[in-house]
Amino acid sequence: MTLRLVLAGAILLLALLPVLNRMPAESALHVSDFVVSVSGKWITYAVLALAIDLAWGYAGILSLGHGAFFALGGYAIGMHLMRLIGPRGVYGHPVLPDFMVFLGYQKLPWYWLGFDHFPFAILMAMAVPGLLALVVGYLAFRSRITGVYLSIITQALTYALMLAFFRNDMGFGGNNGFTDFKELLGMPLNTPNARSVLFYASLVLLVLSLWLCSVITRSKLGRVLVAIRDAESRVRFLGYDVTQHKLFVFVLSAVLAGLAGALYVPQVGIINPGEFSPGNSIEAVIWVAVGGRGTLVGALLGAFSVNALKTWLTTVAPDLWLFALGGLFVAVTLFLPRGLIGLFTKAPK
Amino acid sequence: MNAAASPAPAPQPLLYLDGVSVVFDGFKALNSLSLIVDPGELRAIIGPNGAGKTTMMDVITGKTRPTEGVVRFRDHDLTRLDEATIANLGIGRKFQKPTMFDALTVFENLELALKAPRGPVACLRWVLGGGDRARIAQTLEEVGLTARAHDRAGVLSHGQQQWLEIGMLLMQDPELLLVDEPVAGMTDQETEHTAALLVRIAGQRSVVVVEHDLEFVRALGSKVTVLCEGALLSEGSIDHVQNDPRVIEVYLGR
Ligand SMILES: Nc1ncnc2c1ncn2[C@@H]1O[C@H](COP(=O)(O)OP(=O)(O)OP(=O)(O)O)[C@@H](O)[C@H]1O
Ligand SMILES: [Mg+2]
Repeated sequence: MTLRLVLAGAILLLALLPVLNRMPAESALHVSDFVVSVSGKWITYAVLALAIDLAWGYAGILSLGHGAFFALGGYAIGMHLMRLIGPRGVYGHPVLPDFMVFLGYQKLPWYWLGFDHFPFAILMAMAVPGLLALVVGYLAFRSRITGVYLSIITQALTYALMLAFFRNDMGFGGNNGFTDFKELLGMPLNTPNARSVLFYASLVLLVLSLWLCSVITRSKLGRVLVAIRDAESRVRFLGYDVTQHKLFVFVLSAVLAGLAGALYVPQVGIINPGEFSPGNSIEAVIWVAVGGRGTLVGALLGAFSVNALKTWLTTVAPDLWLFALGGLFVAVTLFLPRGLIGLFTKAPK
Repeated sequence: MNAAASPAPAPQPLLYLDGVSVVFDGFKALNSLSLIVDPGELRAIIGPNGAGKTTMMDVITGKTRPTEGVVRFRDHDLTRLDEATIANLGIGRKFQKPTMFDALTVFENLELALKAPRGPVACLRWVLGGGDRARIAQTLEEVGLTARAHDRAGVLSHGQQQWLEIGMLLMQDPELLLVDEPVAGMTDQETEHTAALLVRIAGQRSVVVVEHDLEFVRALGSKVTVLCEGALLSEGSIDHVQNDPRVIEVYLGR
């Protein structure tokens, strides 16, 4: 109960940030642009953490490739943002984005069609990760691939996608990816106004995701998922088609990750194949482990606290970050098996 | 009218195993085993350790595929179906080693076992009705776990976990119950209670019980099948099998 109050308070505080940002700079309550844009980014990370927690913490599906779903969502909105640049590119081509002109494309590849419409791009930000998760999940779960094997497959998936997106002939801008975005929904990006709108959109996504995940985890489906996590084969003997249940959460989780990525990209102003790097997926899993998997609030706590640490450490001692991350993970695994959230809540009896 | 004059046809068996063999790395865990269980029948299965009793249940429930042989439940070929489909046909199983969902409460374990639509969307939309609640309460009473309903299953004693497994089996309301060593770790009184419970269930349901405890098997008062080295050794009443010299040699006389 108190946990819920704290959570509601934290969300309200977050919601205040863009308002405080508009206060006069000399006011004690003023919040810098940096804080707003960094928190907006973290909110999308928190949604990614929730998605991972739903699959891993509840259903026991440890995906080390969720960064791929996040990146695919980001690429989908990135394609839209590229289309919106229109003739304002460096080469001034009426239709083709700069990188296509540079690479000698004559016309827009077919898979770029439709991305000039925002709703289509958002749909794709959900559908592409969702479909990929459906196919990969179906093949893996049907063959009863679990545990570390599943983790390796998903890790290989994001690595393969990274290599693919690095290629210029894929039509996604190669290693430079997409950047120099101009506007979204008629709003010039990089203005306080756009920052606030994207911030609130992310916050709304977070709250909706949290609501959805909590409805699921508190339903009988949530208990079936926990049962699958703890004794998968026993669940089958009760007549549950485990493949269906796992697919359901895995696809949903991928869709949430895709949406998070779609809100991340306009806020950071760039998407490139580096977002697919295996390390990103592992880092996101560590957020959840640090915060406390199997509790939704734990995932949020992990995403915010690890990223806060990262932001601070990468300014004071950038070389130490990976060591700190590894050390943090080991320390939490050894001393806080229930994660940071375990410090504030009682262990279930 | 004419039908009444001719002899009543033998009831179609509910479960039919014929020539079932299971080979693990050259070792025959089941060796051309045949078994017929009729609707409403209560059947006890005994046999020394490693006789293949649990393996037989694994074959029926789809956990293990037979190397050869026929396994039918009503008109269904069980060798081609997966565990969940078989369970949904109406075959419930209590495992020899109790396995439940430790992180969930006793009540929640029973709720998951309760016969209801099993798909993810159905589970998401599931609302526990008054009738379901009453059934769970009744089962809790039956297995003596009412006071522990809201404790996590992981903290139960071994005997209580046995009871919870039996409760989960009851919640599924299966047509065929496969019960592997139900009374291990139970007191004499609990053993009696279990025997009475299984006898009561049989009649409307078919029950196959594997047990080493011969007192318990006697209390069931059912036909007994003796397995040895994966094959059928003897079949008949408890007195019959106890006096069968082959049985005495391999099992009882040890
Ligand atoms: N998956 C497996 N792989 C290899 N051997 C197995 C496997 N399962 C069972 N066995 C072997 O098959 C034989 C029969 O085992 P099973 O568990 O069916 O015996 P049981 O009659 O249930 O014995 P118990 O009374 O000890 O429970 C044993 O020798 C066992 O070691
Ligand atoms: Mg056994």
